[in-house]
Amino acid sequence: MIYLDNAATTKPCEAAVAAVTEMMTENFGNPSSLHRAGLDAQLAVDKARKIIAGALSADSSNIIFTSGATESNNLAIRGACAAYGKKRRKIVASAVEHASVDETLTAMEKSGFEIVRISPREDGKFYPVDFLTACDDNTVLVTAMQVNNETGHILPVKEIFTAVKRKFPEIITHSDCVQAFMKLNISAKTLNADLISISGHKVHSAKGVGAIYIKKGIRVLPIVTGGKQEKGIRSGTESVPLICGFGAAVEHLQPTIAERYAHAQMLKDTLICEISSIEGVTVNSPEDGSPYVINISAAGKRSEIMLHYLESFGIYVSSGSACSKGQQSGVLEQFGIHGKSADSALRVSVCGDTTIEDIRLFAEKLREGINSVRG
Amino acid sequence: MKEIVLVKFGEMALKGLNKRSFEDMLKKNIKRRIKNLGKFELTSAQSTTYINPLDEDVDLAEVVDRVGKIFGIAALCRACVCEKEFGDISAKAVEYLEDVLSCAKTFKVNAKRSDKAFAMKSPEICAELGGILLDKFPHLTVDVKNPEVTVTVEVRDTNAYVHAENIRGAGGLPVGCSGKAMLLLSGGIDSPVAGWMMAKRGIHISAIHYVSPPYTSDRALLKVETLCEKLTDYCGDIAFFCVPFTEIQEAIKDNCPEEFFTIIMRRLMMEIAQRIAEKKNCLALITGESVGQVASQTMAAMACTDAACRIPVLRPCVGMDKTEIIEIARKIDTFETSIEPYEDCCTVFTPKHPKVRPRLEDVEKAQNSFDFEPLIQKAVEETELKIFEYNK
Repeated sequence: MIYLDNAATTKPCEAAVAAVTEMMTENFGNPSSLHRAGLDAQLAVDKARKIIAGALSADSSNIIFTSGATESNNLAIRGACAAYGKKRRKIVASAVEHASVDETLTAMEKSGFEIVRISPREDGKFYPVDFLTACDDNTVLVTAMQVNNETGHILPVKEIFTAVKRKFPEIITHSDCVQAFMKLNISAKTLNADLISISGHKVHSAKGVGAIYIKKGIRVLPIVTGGKQEKGIRSGTESVPLICGFGAAVEHLQPTIAERYAHAQMLKDTLICEISSIEGVTVNSPEDGSPYVINISAAGKRSEIMLHYLESFGIYVSSGSACSKGQQSGVLEQFGIHGKSADSALRVSVCGDTTIEDIRLFAEKLREGINSVRG
Repeated sequence: MKEIVLVKFGEMALKGLNKRSFEDMLKKNIKRRIKNLGKFELTSAQSTTYINPLDEDVDLAEVVDRVGKIFGIAALCRACVCEKEFGDISAKAVEYLEDVLSCAKTFKVNAKRSDKAFAMKSPEICAELGGILLDKFPHLTVDVKNPEVTVTVEVRDTNAYVHAENIRGAGGLPVGCSGKAMLLLSGGIDSPVAGWMMAKRGIHISAIHYVSPPYTSDRALLKVETLCEKLTDYCGDIAFFCVPFTEIQEAIKDNCPEEFFTIIMRRLMMEIAQRIAEKKNCLALITGESVGQVASQTMAAMACTDAACRIPVLRPCVGMDKTEIIEIARKIDTFETSIEPYEDCCTVFTPKHPKVRPRLEDVEKAQNSFDFEPLIQKAVEETELKIFEYNK
């Protein structure tokens, strides 16, 4: 199998699998129990919390575990608006957010919030000033993803949040950093973010776990209530195995961020070079985007057909955001990719384990596919 | 554009011949805190330490955050390095401060010229640069009394620096320059604050804690260890002594009148603490006591505990209200941990009606009814040491 769909999910690393197994077999206590088995489970969760906090240059007390980034995004938006949005009723967001942000914004719109979605300009870039001018005293939240999951565009989140915070310090800033975490260096402070969402299964651990960074002093009201775990912000017995797997994966990946980034860049450069000679193939990702996500259009051949053609050789890519199951999300259109180019878009997403041979074989099969597939 | 962090000394700038040793201590403390953020060059001149990042992409926000917690520093700021030439200063100021100035409405320029050989005098720098900034950012107006942004130009020995922020430092004296003392750390709100306050005066603290299983739990100990870890942000490395105290507490309960339980317990804690303190070259004990807060913290009770001590007991919170102590606890991020609801040894066997004004002779008589010495020796011998290192 040549797995080139790492933006959808990643293969859990050995460290994560070992941690999950250990917590399911040896250390299976409930962190809320008063006895030693409970304390041991709590210590294991605390260790994972510390590792993940460290990876965001944050303190352990800033990290709340959730069931995944969708929940983190929901908690960030709904929780912050519940805490601060009684009088301030406007939310400013990028127009290329993941569905877990975008659909939540749509739901907020139905409950009376005004949503302003900022599009990239014609050059495909976002400008902080566009966000700033959309903000006013009525604005409660600004949300912008760090790396777009479909194209790899890197948004100027730091610049956007810095500009917004300077003029409107009371506005809450949230960034969905799912596709950036463990790929780029992220420091919550440098980003000027009050809230950050991250996911476990995008960083080589299990599905079903994520986290939200909440800056000290920022209030987020819970959307799940119960036994007051996670400081009452996210009730429900902690998924100790998945949390520890998440921690182990981050510990494993943290030292190699720069090295893997360079590797991904080399893969991206190779892929672009290999496909440049295939007639009709265009690259939709920007040169300065995240090298982990490369979006291309395949000469007008429908994405789904090409995807299944490649699949027959054991090569897995995606036609767009995996969450949308092939449905077009409108994000490509925002970046100026329309019509047949959008219909034939394929997303190749790599990880540290992807090899140059994988990329070459993909390019070769893509070339063959374009010549043989009809429609 | 090269950016560095300027660190201005606190009151140690006023020291005499031993100023150098204070400076070295401070530099050592700074190096330790930022070690894992990249490579830095630290130099000192004119009561200022320059933190110069040698790597690219250093997280200067994190540097400022960490250094902001180090005692001995009056103020700090990120600044842009310029040539000592007005053209470069003004060009860099326009570029470096663009974000800040484009969002502000009012500003002023402040110039400090410690290098008197520099051609322009401070008022000239202010006027010239002010004019240039007004040209570049026409929406600005000058407000010398209450500006939103103060642009500061510092012309120093080798370079000039431009910045627009001045962050208040933690104040005090560099940790280590006032010697060592032993903090009695209970897990409550007051004792971490007391430790922080004495560290602020340059004392390197060690901590001592008493556990009484099964009356106290592992979580109670963990809570205190967490507090210790949090204190390392400010106090540097902390040697943490954990004293097994169950047998002593049981002996007090079995052999002494109930009304004196707490006061005798405190005297025995002091005895153990000073024995370990003396072994570890600590010159004093530190407690979080505040007059009148509880029965064992009345003046009469303090006199009875002090009578058991051969070394000074420092009580920095002694004149503070609970609300003032809580304010500091929140600031240093120990409050949330301190209020976790695990029982510590101070609340084991609390008397229903403790003596509010105990007389020393009564207390001594009650205590002498049992020979605690063997138990004290055993507790000291079985005390476990754990080092909490600054580990960010």
